[in-house]
Formats: sequence, structure tokens, C-alpha cells
Amino acid sequence: MKSLLVRRSVDFTMTVLCGIALLAALIPLTSVLWLVVSRGISGMNLAFWTHLPAPVGETGGGVGNAILGTLYIVAIASLLGVPLGVGAGVYLAEKGDGPFGDVVRFTAEVLSGVPSIVVGLVAYGLVVLPMRRFSALAGGVALAVLMVPTLARSTEELVRLVPRTLREASLALGIPEWKTSLRVVLRTALPGIVTAILLAVARASGETAPLLFTSLNNQYWNFRADQPTASLTVQIFNYAVSPYEDWHGKAWAAALVLLVVVGALSLLARFLARSRLR
Amino acid sequence: MTQPEEYRPRANLADRAFGAVLIALGGAVFVIAGVIVLELAKVSGPAVSKVGLGHFIRASDWDAVRDAYGAAPFIYGTLVTSGIAILLALPASVGLALFLTEMVPARVRTIVSFPISILAGIPSVVFGLWGLFVLAPILRHQVEPFLARTLGFLPWFKGPPIGLGYLAAGVILAIMILPTITSIAVEVLRTVPGSLREAALALGATRWEMIRLSVLPYARAGILGATILGLGRALGETMAVTMLIGNSPTISASLFAPGYSLPAVIANEFAEASGMQTSALAALGLILFGVTLVLNSLARALVRVSRRSVA
Repeated sequence: MKSLLVRRSVDFTMTVLCGIALLAALIPLTSVLWLVVSRGISGMNLAFWTHLPAPVGETGGGVGNAILGTLYIVAIASLLGVPLGVGAGVYLAEKGDGPFGDVVRFTAEVLSGVPSIVVGLVAYGLVVLPMRRFSALAGGVALAVLMVPTLARSTEELVRLVPRTLREASLALGIPEWKTSLRVVLRTALPGIVTAILLAVARASGETAPLLFTSLNNQYWNFRADQPTASLTVQIFNYAVSPYEDWHGKAWAAALVLLVVVGALSLLARFLARSRLR
Repeated sequence: MTQPEEYRPRANLADRAFGAVLIALGGAVFVIAGVIVLELAKVSGPAVSKVGLGHFIRASDWDAVRDAYGAAPFIYGTLVTSGIAILLALPASVGLALFLTEMVPARVRTIVSFPISILAGIPSVVFGLWGLFVLAPILRHQVEPFLARTLGFLPWFKGPPIGLGYLAAGVILAIMILPTITSIAVEVLRTVPGSLREAALALGATRWEMIRLSVLPYARAGILGATILGLGRALGETMAVTMLIGNSPTISASLFAPGYSLPAVIANEFAEASGMQTSALAALGLILFGVTLVLNSLARALVRVSRRSVA
């Protein structure tokens, strides 16, 4: 038997080591946030928000079209992905107890782990090849495919949280099943589902890889779904790997905009979820 | 009494229609999975049938001009960077999870889990930006020279310190999968019954002995599942790796050397590729899809088993 002193000092060392592990998470986080905020603010001005990107070699210009493009692509993705994802989740919760439900549930779980770049390849084959051009629609389809599995899983959990008694009360009043599902069960779960949707939209806004060869990029303003479209994330990537100092500053500023948008959506989601629980 | 008889068929019809719509929506998930497989097979078909999958995986040439396509450098780079990531992230995540579940009060856990969830939500392109301008210079000027001085006799730490390479990509991946593994590990550790802890403590074990003898053995399957999920994420992670791995289709023993990964080469070359190159890149995507599919199914099964053993 080892002496108590040895055992106690091993215990102490491991406790300290586990505490240090906390730093492994906190140091990178602080560094990322600090640099994005400090360098982002210094790279930002009015032109950054409203102007088109400057041509190679010139300084100035902005990423206005990329900000708009991200909003546009994410809107398309939400239009396609939210009804599908939430619908699939409602299916899993309401009718998904059979073997087919298990298959769908397992598929959704596995799909949520598919790398986003692979989803980009699929959107390329599905949309870009037949249309013969890169487009905002293709980017939207890619992001929608990424949204569906996570939305389906969280919606299912939220709908299952609705007390059975509520459903039974409604059915006992003679209200048909479909109306009970939509007007009683789904309405009760709605705030939670809105939270899940906000989180999914936040995640989609930060995606880069699936947009690289679907919506591609665009130096100009674009309002058409069948044209290549700039996005904030692809613009950050292009600016970051470029050799120009001015563009690096733009990349940090764009990263700040992206973090603020993603952070605001997640905070709103958290706030909604919490106010619901109380 | 005639009214209900008129009424019932109408209600049934609506219910049946509603059920059909729901089944269609659920089936859509299944259809999406099918479409993913079909499209990947369709786009990658020409390259796979021309070169053959076995040869494609083993060949190490990648030259679009000569139409030579081999996946080996990319598979190697993906495995090496993910390996580094797991090596660094696993001890840190399990340590952090143990710290949060076993060593601090519950209130501290809720406070600390907030920054960890922020870390999980940072877009990968932002990690890439940070890695490019902060992490890579630190590796080039401090870490890699130090490793070369102390462990330079090993083949992994030889060669000039460049900054961009396997090591940089591995480190950024470790940071990115840390929150994933930690949050699942915390979940798993919380399912360990309190009676096991009490039994160990009652026998006079110190806290660490209790963790080692009763908590960790119980949570082993779940932690393994969490690790595999983290590995799956690391393998498919694109942007941060693309910006940090150095983008050179070669195989080097040195971790300081630039390399390439499966997602990175797709990200860099696909938009401008044509003909056979497009197809070869899609074949890389197919390999990636297959590997992550197997890993994810395995991980989900493991996490589920460890949860079920509680119930």
C-alpha cells in the first residue's frame, strides 16, 4: 500500500492537471475573441458595410455585397430546410415509433455527422451541374441539407416533451388528430422549436466549405437566385489567404460581423429557451 | 344520429392526409441520404471506374496536367492531422469533463459550460483566420524550434520550422473538437451512479482514486464514443485545415512539413476543376463520406449503449 502522502499528492496533481485543461479551452477562446474584436474594429468603416470589394491591388472598398449575399443564401436555405427539418421532427415524435421511424431517426443522426464539404459536392451535382452555373440557389440547397438532420432531431425531442395529458385532453374534446397535433401539441412546443431554428440558422450562416463551389463568389451586387453570389464566409477565406495587408484587415472585420451575427442569434436562442423554462 | 356518420369520414380523411404529409416529411430525410450517395457516386463515377478504387487510394501522384490522380497524400494528411488532434484534445477534454463533473460545484459547471459552448459555435473559417495570423507564427517562432531542439532526434520533429503544416492543422483541429468531446463526456460522466462514487470514497479512496477506479471504467464506452465523434468531426473539418496545412500534395514524416487533407484539396481545387479532375475530387469526397459514415454509426452506438446501461 502506497503511503497516504503519495496518494494525496497524486490526487492533488491530477486535480491541478484537470484544472489546467480548463485553460486549454479558455486561452484559445479569449485569444480568438480578443483578436477578432480588436483587429475587426480597426478594419471597419462605413465603406466596409456599403461598398463593393476593391479590385486587386487597390485599398478601400467593402463587403456590402457579401453581407447581403450571406443573408440571401441563408434565407433560401431556411425556406427549404426549416419546413423539412421541423416536419421530419414532428413525424419522428408523432408517428415515428415504428421500424420506419427508427430508420429515419438513425439516418438523421448519421447525416448530422456528414462533413459539410461533402454536402457541397452533393449540391454541386444536384443543382450546379443541371443549371450549368454556380448560383445562390445551389448554396442555399447545400445549407438546407445541413440544417435538416439537426433540426429534425431537436424538434423531435421538443415535441416529445409536450405532456401526453394535453394531447389527450384535446382528443377527448373531439378535436381531430391533425388539429390536435398542429394547434395544441405543436403550439406548445413552438418556443423551443423557434430556439432550435435560430441555432440552425446561426450555424448555417457560419458555413464556408459548402459554399465554395455552389454559390462561389461575386464581385458585384446580386439579387438573382440563379447567379453566383458572394458570401461573408467565402470572402473571409479569400481575403485571409491573400497576400495583401488591406485585405487581411477586411477579413478580420468580416469575421467580427460574422461572430456578432452568429453570437446574437445564439444568445437570442438561449434567452428564449431560458424564459420558456421559467 | 346521422351527423356523426357524415362527420367521421371527413375527419378521418384529414387525419389520413396529415399522417401522409408527416410520413413524406420523415421520408425526405431518408431521400436526402439517398441523394447524397447517388450524387457522389454519379460525379465520382468516371474517375473511380478509370483508375479503380484500390489503386486510387494507394497512388500518391496528384497532377491534373498529366491526369494522374492518387489519394494517398490526402488520406495521409487527414489521418495525421486528426491523429494529432485526438492526441491533444482527448486528455484535455476528459480532464476538463472530470474537472467540471467531479471537482467543482454545479454552479461553476453552468458558468464554465457557457464559454465552452461559445467555443463550439465559432465558425471554422474564423478559426482558420486566427490560426493563420496567430497560431502559425507562434508555432514557427517558438514551438517548432523548441521541439526540434529537444526532440529533434525523432523523425517527426525534423526539418525547417515553417509554421504551416501538419502540426498547425492538428493543433487547430484539437481546439475545435475539444468542446465536442468535452460536452458529450460531461453528459456521460453525469450518468455514473452516485453510489459507485460513495462506495469508493467509503473504502478510503482519494478523489482521484475514486475517479480512476469507479468513474472512468463505468464511463469508458461513452468516452470512446465521444472521442470517435470528435474524430469524425476532425476528419471532415475543411476551412481551418485548408488555411493551415500548407497545401502540398506530398507525404512527409516531419510534422513541421506542409501537407494536404481530403477536404482541403476539394475546397481548393473543385471550383476550378473540370473533366476527370472534378470526378477524382468527388471520389475523395466519397472516401470521406464513407469513413465518417462508419465512424458516426459506431460512435452513436457506443454513446447509446453507455446511456442504456444506466436505465
